[in-house]
Amino acid sequence: MSSRTNRLVLATFWVAILSFGVASAMALMQALSRAALDLPWRSAKMYYLSVTAHGTLMALVFTTFFIMAFGYVVAERSLGRELPHQTLAWTGYWIALAGTLAAVAAILSGKASVLYTFYPPLQAHPAFYIGATLLIVGSWVWGFVMIRSYLAYKREHPGERAPLALHGMLATVIVWLIATVGVAAETLLLLIPWSLGITKTIDPELARMLFWYFGHPLVYFWLLPAYVVWYTVLPKVAGGKLFSDPLARLVFVLFVILSTPVGFHHQFMDPGIPASWKLLHTLLTFAILFPSFVTAFTVTASLEVAGRLKGATGLLDWLKKLPWGDPLFASVALSMLLFAVGGIGGAINAAYGMNAVVHNTAFIQGHFHLTVGSATALTFMGAAYWLLPRLTGRQLELELLAKVQPYLWFVGMVLFAISNHITGLLGMPRRIYDASYGRSAAAHAWRGLTGVSAVGGLFLFTSAGFFILVMLGTGLAGKKRVPEPIEWAEPLEPTSPKATLLDRYGLWTVVAALLVLIAYAYPLWAHLHMQTYGSPGYSPF
Amino acid sequence: MNVPLYEKIWMWAAGGISVAFVATVLITSIGGALEPPSHVETIDPTQVFKDPRFAHPGVTVDEHGATVVTIGMIFAYVPAEIHVPAGKPVTFRMTSADVTHGFLIVGTNANTMLVPGYVSQFTTTFQQPGEYLIVCNEYCGLGHHLMSAKLIVEAAKP
Repeated sequence: MSSRTNRLVLATFWVAILSFGVASAMALMQALSRAALDLPWRSAKMYYLSVTAHGTLMALVFTTFFIMAFGYVVAERSLGRELPHQTLAWTGYWIALAGTLAAVAAILSGKASVLYTFYPPLQAHPAFYIGATLLIVGSWVWGFVMIRSYLAYKREHPGERAPLALHGMLATVIVWLIATVGVAAETLLLLIPWSLGITKTIDPELARMLFWYFGHPLVYFWLLPAYVVWYTVLPKVAGGKLFSDPLARLVFVLFVILSTPVGFHHQFMDPGIPASWKLLHTLLTFAILFPSFVTAFTVTASLEVAGRLKGATGLLDWLKKLPWGDPLFASVALSMLLFAVGGIGGAINAAYGMNAVVHNTAFIQGHFHLTVGSATALTFMGAAYWLLPRLTGRQLELELLAKVQPYLWFVGMVLFAISNHITGLLGMPRRIYDASYGRSAAAHAWRGLTGVSAVGGLFLFTSAGFFILVMLGTGLAGKKRVPEPIEWAEPLEPTSPKATLLDRYGLWTVVAALLVLIAYAYPLWAHLHMQTYGSPGYSPF
Repeated sequence: MNVPLYEKIWMWAAGGISVAFVATVLITSIGGALEPPSHVETIDPTQVFKDPRFAHPGVTVDEHGATVVTIGMIFAYVPAEIHVPAGKPVTFRMTSADVTHGFLIVGTNANTMLVPGYVSQFTTTFQQPGEYLIVCNEYCGLGHHLMSAKLIVEAAKP
């Protein structure tokens, strides 16, 4: 890495790590609420504030900053040329950071307890919406720099394709640029003018449609960089090779096409959207299972290759040859196991009819802690152990904590997710300060399991604490040494460097945009031509 | 693209599973047999209590079944207790007088969002007489966890 790029990447990386630390502390508050412990500072106000801070910092800030840092590393290291437009990239960084600080100030002062989904007519302080918008604008600058890096490389290497790691990050950028159109429209056209008092009322259902146009591809924005780690870093660290390069490219292209036109599956229970459109989004949602199935095979096969290269024989002996004590390997392998369960849960949520049983219950928080909370967050933690020593030239400190941390996360997540899936099936709503409902018999059935969820939360908090200690220890006091190089996994079968149909990003963006039009143009048009009534704002927090 | 044999088998199986899932959804949705509440009807959310459709919340029973008119508001449902007959279709018509709320009858698949400005409606049949807990499952403010109501399903009188 050039030292200029290194500074940019580290600045971005540390915002991600510190947001993760604050967000984890906020999660502890929720775990204690689940345990119904009578602590003096525990109140409904603190609880809903902490849910908002946890969700916003984890889902929007930690992920976005980590992905930006990782994206820059991929752009420079996989292309072998210095990142262009660094002044612009720094501008994007400061815009995103300023936005984050504004939104966090609004949340911590208790003026924005609207949760990270911020559904109107709950109304937050304008700084919350403006801050969130600036975070997204900053990420657009990142997307622009990523695309320019690739175009410069393409000019220098006519007819050649991007390395796989960059291919995956370009898919991430395209998904993000298409997705954020929805949330930008929501904040700029609806929420900001309304929260400033320029408009008096808002259409809550229109806001929900725009939010979920963004909200589902948002999960692929989290997931695709994790897949880049699974495909291009994990096999290398495990001592093996990538099983299939073209199939990995196909997977990323399928995500570009299918990520966005599926948002109504978050709105199955909403009035105001005809059932036929919800059904179309359901069908597209099931299509998106396919690339993840392929990923499960290709990545597992790559690990088997690694085990066999190390001399494993027999059917399952290769599993024993894998580096289970390596922090990156353990994090990623365990995150994949948790994601397998989370993915099946996702198919249940997406099932048009079955969704009614689980919608907005604890099942959902159980589900997304296996997906974004494990597949993404645990992979990013593993990637941080791999990346930080290579960026700083410092040795990973407190290595024992780094070795234990992924296993603690795994145990905590199993306890947390299983108990929440069950209480959800028993009808317990998500995001509630207290689950007693006046000692109702139905609510009594949730007790015990809410305690298990709290114990899981404590494991997760301890694990997050270990992670932060290792990061700070390494960053501030790690022993200096010559850093290992940042290298990507080689494919098992050498492939031609020539660009193929799968590397036609412009074409796939057009296909994706067409599908978005099919899925959204008519419902939005019909909605805007229907007689609707606005809602004034409420801030009952 | 050269795909190894085992991966080919896996991909066909994965495709097959996805198709089977979609087929299940399509078959169960034929004729509206199993579909999410997707009623399209709007209302002025600032005039809910004056609107003739919601001026008299409560239950009306006739020989075909029952109609329940309910309003969700910070942090309660009107009415707070609902009585309906077992074994007959019950149509719920609901809206919100302020922020977005949820409406979930615990232990059933009766679940919908109450979005201000919109009327939610679905029809279901309760086979099991007894007392059910209704909870708000969409965050609506500091009293969100207190927002609940009771549904009493009464056995048919002999």
